Amino acid sequence: MKAYLAYLSKRLVQFAVVVFVGINITYLVTHMTPINPVEQSISAATSYGATSPEAIEMMRQSLRQLYGLEGTPWEQYVSFWKRVLVGDFGPSLSAFPTPVSQLILRALPWTVGLLLVSTLLTWFLGNLLGGLAGYYRNSRILRAFGVLSMGLHPIPYYVVAFVLLIIFGFLWPVLPISGGATMASDRSNTLAFALDVTVHSILPVLSLMAVGIGGWFMGMRSLVSNIVTEDYVVYAELAGVKRSKIMRSYVMRNALGPQVTGLALQLGAIFNGAIITEQVFGYPGVGSLLISAVHSGDYSLVLGITTVSIVAVSAAVLLIDLLYPLIDPRVEAR
Amino acid sequence: MNTLRILRDLLRYNAEFAIGLFLVLIVAAIALCSFFSPYPPMDVYVVPPDVPPSWEHPLGTTSRGQDVFWQLTFAIRNTLLFGIVVAFLSRIISLAVGLISGYKGGWVDRILMSINDTFVVVPLFPILVLFYFIMRDQMTWAMLAIITALLGWAYDARLIRSVAMSLRTREFTRQAVFSGMSTGKIVLQEHLPFVLPIVFSTTMNNINWSIGIEVTLSVLGFTDINTPTIGGMIYWANQHTALVSGIWWWVTFPVLLVIMLFIGLFLLAISMNEYIDPRSRLSRLGGQA
Repeated sequence: MKAYLAYLSKRLVQFAVVVFVGINITYLVTHMTPINPVEQSISAATSYGATSPEAIEMMRQSLRQLYGLEGTPWEQYVSFWKRVLVGDFGPSLSAFPTPVSQLILRALPWTVGLLLVSTLLTWFLGNLLGGLAGYYRNSRILRAFGVLSMGLHPIPYYVVAFVLLIIFGFLWPVLPISGGATMASDRSNTLAFALDVTVHSILPVLSLMAVGIGGWFMGMRSLVSNIVTEDYVVYAELAGVKRSKIMRSYVMRNALGPQVTGLALQLGAIFNGAIITEQVFGYPGVGSLLISAVHSGDYSLVLGITTVSIVAVSAAVLLIDLLYPLIDPRVEAR
Repeated sequence: MNTLRILRDLLRYNAEFAIGLFLVLIVAAIALCSFFSPYPPMDVYVVPPDVPPSWEHPLGTTSRGQDVFWQLTFAIRNTLLFGIVVAFLSRIISLAVGLISGYKGGWVDRILMSINDTFVVVPLFPILVLFYFIMRDQMTWAMLAIITALLGWAYDARLIRSVAMSLRTREFTRQAVFSGMSTGKIVLQEHLPFVLPIVFSTTMNNINWSIGIEVTLSVLGFTDINTPTIGGMIYWANQHTALVSGIWWWVTFPVLLVIMLFIGLFLLAISMNEYIDPRSRLSRLGGQA
């Protein structure tokens, strides 16, 4: 228990450091450049149409605070952190006067749901099949799957997304190709709505899974084929332990450790995966929000999304790290 | 020469290496063709638009009146160069951090590794988008390469550190310390040669990674879209809704070429990894591990 607490505090400190450094990078990025995003954003927002002078003044005020143009550099830095810590990124410019935090909160469940489902499914299937392929080396089906997933692996996922879009959008239109749910759906009927959301997520999830599965598959296969030659496995086989039991408790369990670490790192790359997928399938998540924010010059929204994704990803990594000792008891001793 | 012998061994015993090398060489040859292009890369409407593949235009022409083949030669050259520049710059950082951290240990190691771990988990993509958003027109091809390199060294630095740590405890390192060699000299002259094989294989992966980033950003229009790159071509094709209007050759050929490059580099990386590991190399040569 004491060892776990030491481990826990170490990870928590690391989480704080990661978030601190990450947000400082975004601060530096916005302040090292000679461009003034406040005036740039204001002019972008006003070019969209008539906004009242009071609204523009309010926008400028909140931007100046957020960007930190008031006071000495130190005061600027402190006021930036104050706002970030309470999650106040001011009003969005492109959807004035809706607060940025509200826009993000609306989009976040879509992205998290999509990514969580596809990442976990990919990880589970890739490891299961890879483990089986490493243990039952003579299976033809598993070998064919290995060749297929290795071929798919280096292909950019958005290419798969385009291909799926062409197949199911034009050649065989049975699945919805755009949006997160049917526009006029009745959200009070929970079951029907859930079904609708699930159907809409099939193609985006497939496009993310098709590419991701190969990496886990290959990693697990090579891990397992190394473990299979270990003495204790050979001994168990000679002693007549059932093969399925050897597979489950001797081989898979020992191979899972590095794969769990991999899962944590994968979560760090998750936001790259979602952005184009969301764009291609018109999914109403954070990625689509970020793209439209960039195109409409919405400084506070871009900054808000960047910060939230840094915190969210670091938190996910932390969570995995905290679960890690439960899977692999050897970790605690470190 | 030693290098030549390694190359010969790899080509003879390792099919992945041969296929990977073949694919990369084809892509490189197409990139070299750009020096013989009859059309300037930035100009539009130099040929009739929307012509399907024919003898005159082997890969067809775009809706912007560009020949797909010649445009592709410039695009793949810039994309490939981007990957190489990023890989080279980030190799320097990851070598410096990995070697020093592994050799020095102690608090130097702890500080460097906490910076390192931060870079491993910080989501890079939103940060790159933020860079583009702030810099807009100043975001050139070279600028993006430098920024990507600054963000993309961490994972490999850890790998290099793990090797350096084992080198530190070896006899020859102790001898070097006793004979009064400086840290820089030990790291550069004694340890660097042992690390180089890993550096080569991570280079391939890093090129793939950075090209993936460049293409992803360009497809969304988040880079300097006037410099022809593979992602830039896909971006323009999307802008003209090429797939919907049936101009499939505009999208298909850049995608095929970049997939060839991805697979080629990927095969090179895994075959080199296998070559570095003596156990799997022996079993490949038919010996007993």
